[in-house]
Amino acid sequence: MAFAAPVLAQDVIKIGEVNSYKAQPAFLEPYKKGMDLAVEQINAAGGLLGKKVELISRDDNGNPGDAVRMAEELLSREQVHVLTGAFLSNVGLALTDFAKQKKVLYLAGEPLTDKIVWQNGNHYTFRLRPSTYMQVAMLVPDAAALKKKRWALVYPNYEYGQSAAATFKQLMKAAQPDVEFVAEQAPPLGKVDAGSVVQALSDAKPDAIFNVLFSADLSKFVREGNTRGLFKDREVVSLLTGEPEYLDPLKNETPNGWIVTGYPWYSIQTPEQKAFVDAYQKRFKDYPRLGSVVGYSAIMSIGEGIKKAQSTDTEKMIAALRGLQVSTPFGPIMYRTQDQQSTMGGYVGRTRNENGKGIMVDYRYLDGAKFQPTDEEVKKMRPAG
Amino acid sequence: MQLSGLVVQLLNGLAGASSLFMVAAGLSLIFGVTRIVNFAHGSFYMLGIYVAYSLVEWLTGNVGFWMALPLAAIAVGVIGALVEIVLLRRIYKAPELFQLLATFALVLVIRDAVLWLWGPEELLGPRAPGLEGSIEILGRQFPTYDLFLIVVGPIVLGLVWLLLTRTRFGTLVRAATQDREMVGALGVNQAWLFTAVFALGAMLAGLGGALQLPREPANLEMDLNTIGSAFVIVVVGGMGSIPGAFVAALLVAELKAICIWIGMVEIFGIPVSFSKLTLVVEFLVMAVVLVIRPWGLLGRRQAPSRNLGQPEAPLRPADNLFKAAVALLAVVLLALPLLTKSSPYMTVLMTDLLVAALFATSLHFIMGPAGMHSFGHAAYFGLGAYAAALLVRSAHLPMEVAVVLAPVVAGLGALIVGWFCVRLSGVYLAMLTLAFAQIAWAIVYQWDNFTGGSNGLTGVWPAQWLTEKGNYYYFCLALAALGIFLLRRFLFSPFGYAMRAGRDSPLRADAIGIHVKRVQWAAFIVAGAFAGLAGVLFAFSKGSISPDVMHVSKSVDALVMVLLGGVQTLSGPVVGATTFTWLQDAVSRNTDYWRAMLGAIILILVLLFPQGIAGFVRQLVYGGRDATGGHKA
Repeated sequence: MAFAAPVLAQDVIKIGEVNSYKAQPAFLEPYKKGMDLAVEQINAAGGLLGKKVELISRDDNGNPGDAVRMAEELLSREQVHVLTGAFLSNVGLALTDFAKQKKVLYLAGEPLTDKIVWQNGNHYTFRLRPSTYMQVAMLVPDAAALKKKRWALVYPNYEYGQSAAATFKQLMKAAQPDVEFVAEQAPPLGKVDAGSVVQALSDAKPDAIFNVLFSADLSKFVREGNTRGLFKDREVVSLLTGEPEYLDPLKNETPNGWIVTGYPWYSIQTPEQKAFVDAYQKRFKDYPRLGSVVGYSAIMSIGEGIKKAQSTDTEKMIAALRGLQVSTPFGPIMYRTQDQQSTMGGYVGRTRNENGKGIMVDYRYLDGAKFQPTDEEVKKMRPAG
Repeated sequence: MQLSGLVVQLLNGLAGASSLFMVAAGLSLIFGVTRIVNFAHGSFYMLGIYVAYSLVEWLTGNVGFWMALPLAAIAVGVIGALVEIVLLRRIYKAPELFQLLATFALVLVIRDAVLWLWGPEELLGPRAPGLEGSIEILGRQFPTYDLFLIVVGPIVLGLVWLLLTRTRFGTLVRAATQDREMVGALGVNQAWLFTAVFALGAMLAGLGGALQLPREPANLEMDLNTIGSAFVIVVVGGMGSIPGAFVAALLVAELKAICIWIGMVEIFGIPVSFSKLTLVVEFLVMAVVLVIRPWGLLGRRQAPSRNLGQPEAPLRPADNLFKAAVALLAVVLLALPLLTKSSPYMTVLMTDLLVAALFATSLHFIMGPAGMHSFGHAAYFGLGAYAAALLVRSAHLPMEVAVVLAPVVAGLGALIVGWFCVRLSGVYLAMLTLAFAQIAWAIVYQWDNFTGGSNGLTGVWPAQWLTEKGNYYYFCLALAALGIFLLRRFLFSPFGYAMRAGRDSPLRADAIGIHVKRVQWAAFIVAGAFAGLAGVLFAFSKGSISPDVMHVSKSVDALVMVLLGGVQTLSGPVVGATTFTWLQDAVSRNTDYWRAMLGAIILILVLLFPQGIAGFVRQLVYGGRDATGGHKA
């Protein structure tokens, strides 16, 4: 067995993946399943370039230092052909820089920070998910259409929350010049004092609220908000809240009528979606979360890239990925050449509490390509490369 | 900002203080009697809410809900008792703080066990039957459950107070807090007293967690989020003081509520967000309180503990056997990149091990020979790393210059913090170092324009001639070896003897003319500078850094390394650092539930080697000689 291994290794295309499995299990367990499904499908269809695909995952312990060490290990010991993964923005940025230094292709799946493709963007790094800017931009038309003047903001106190709030203020002012921001609360991530925050927001008497909280912070915020009547007669625009990862735990507490981005897997009727949901449920006896879509699409993107490149040479893969069209559960996406960001979009709709379960209704899919700054602006933000 | 708003915010603070108080009271009790710094206390809190969630599902109905909360607390109490009997009881004789290592391992095990049992999804419990809604207070809707919490806090305080002052058990607990050897001498069965106190403390934590069920979802972050706050409350209130814990919980919760009430204000035209201050407000409170009242608000000066484990043998210069071992190790380390050409990852991992070894040795320098336990040592590691990154990125200095200058910056940081810290001792000193480290962390985390904020800084790569991994490894090897050698050398200089004299008997040291505080301060600075050097080597090996290089978990890692190796040996930190880092790497690569596995391995090591690994080896090799020196236990 042992001496057969090196021979075998040449018949395998290895994808190395680093993620915060233990730090963020709620998102990443479904994410891993999505990736596994993609690998199985690719292999069932004959693999890539006549070789089987193998996925090797590592846990980064939730910090960039370990992530870089794991990436080194994947490259040097496992000799992977391409890197993917990361959930946290700081880990994503560390890997972005690592990819540049090591001249290896890195596809960032989940990390949302704008910097991955703009300020810190580089030749070796691609990103799948819509960035913070894109997600906010997708919500702004609906937010502006509400014609509410007084807005309050609440966001977790770290880069993602801050940049979402800043983008929202900037885009709203452009869309609706008379808008006022009457209160801003930035509680520490994972430690919101929900009662106090809800009351402070309510005391500012806003017409509408922009919320960036997610996960446990979101549940606390929603329960206090419901009890204290914060959401009564007020519009709420909320990032990420429609993602099953964050909506499902709310159960009976789900507020009605929030405008959110998310993933209504239970009712999307597109053939790509249905095929994906069916395959996923058949394989795992569980329904997909948004993480599943991201993990699945990341592996599929890499697969398509290698197919088009007809090689696992880094430069050839990069050339192939630039401008590449990939079919995902969300429909076709394309990796833009100007910043190597995919045009994956998102579903925007309203929340509804149906029989004690949160779902998204009245939603539509927004193509990520339409929610980007102009090419001029992108050029200004992104260093050469 | 209306005044009526402030009044209701203060009520919010009261409600928030209740759970916090219960957790802290439990921690305080446990520390007072058993001297255990129970790192797993936050895990008991987390278990409380998870067990309550399941019980509510299982019992159903209104009565079921209200039954579930105390039952969950009792269940956690039972788990606490088991932990004490099976694990902690076996290591009371080990050096003080060693129990910290065991409870740290428990945190890892409990977290993975909860993940396995309850799954990764957050679990939001139902509202409390009968208290679902809200009532109007000053024109605002206020949850009735919060009113309930406001009442429960003082009731629990009252009950604990009655238990401690009006029962025989309470008398024994208070006596044990004062002088537990005396209690033992009077014929009280200490073992059961300790078990009872530990179970009671765990029960209080479990109750605190269970009471949160209608307010927040059970989730896997609760253990570490809670333990930090609980330590702060205990220390601000005064270790061992239950009313102190109550006052401190109120103080912190109210200050947070006020920060949120103020929200965003303009000061001299600059918008200042007070809500962002909630990230660090408790640590600011702790720093201020400890600087002004070194034993907490209602605390008293700690009676010196007589249970320091086996008395520490005086340091001996290296003998020939040890020198030979070191020489052999050096040869192996030098040859390593050549021997492992086929697996270049070995060089990468070894670089991390070297950095960890230097970092742990610098912590041991003040923890062991100077007797100053620092819970915030990552601050200097981080200062070094950030200084190096900023020097090359913003000041555009060559990497070689940064390597020299950055440790100086870290040393300067230690100079400032040390000036405050050396005035304290024991756990209070440890907590003040933690407070300063957390404040430094919060600054780095939020100063986006300068430090890159939560994302950190990238592009911190070494000079051209070091880009090759093997070269960088030799560079690290040279500097880490030099650092470790120098730290060891210091300990055998008059300065080192003065440090140890100050630790073993401050009074006598003072009498022979040693300025103990000044010596400790100097030791603090030296340790900070070398931790900074480790940080510099780390930054250039990863190419990027972010605030977690100075996060409390990094400090805890260093503590674990030192304790694992053995705090009473000089080679302990090196052994502990390499064991811990290597284990983490190997275990996390090979198993899904690697946290639990790592925790279990540490527990086994703790039980097998209560002197640490290096301490055990030393006993094996030199056991006989120590005995002739009269230091056998």
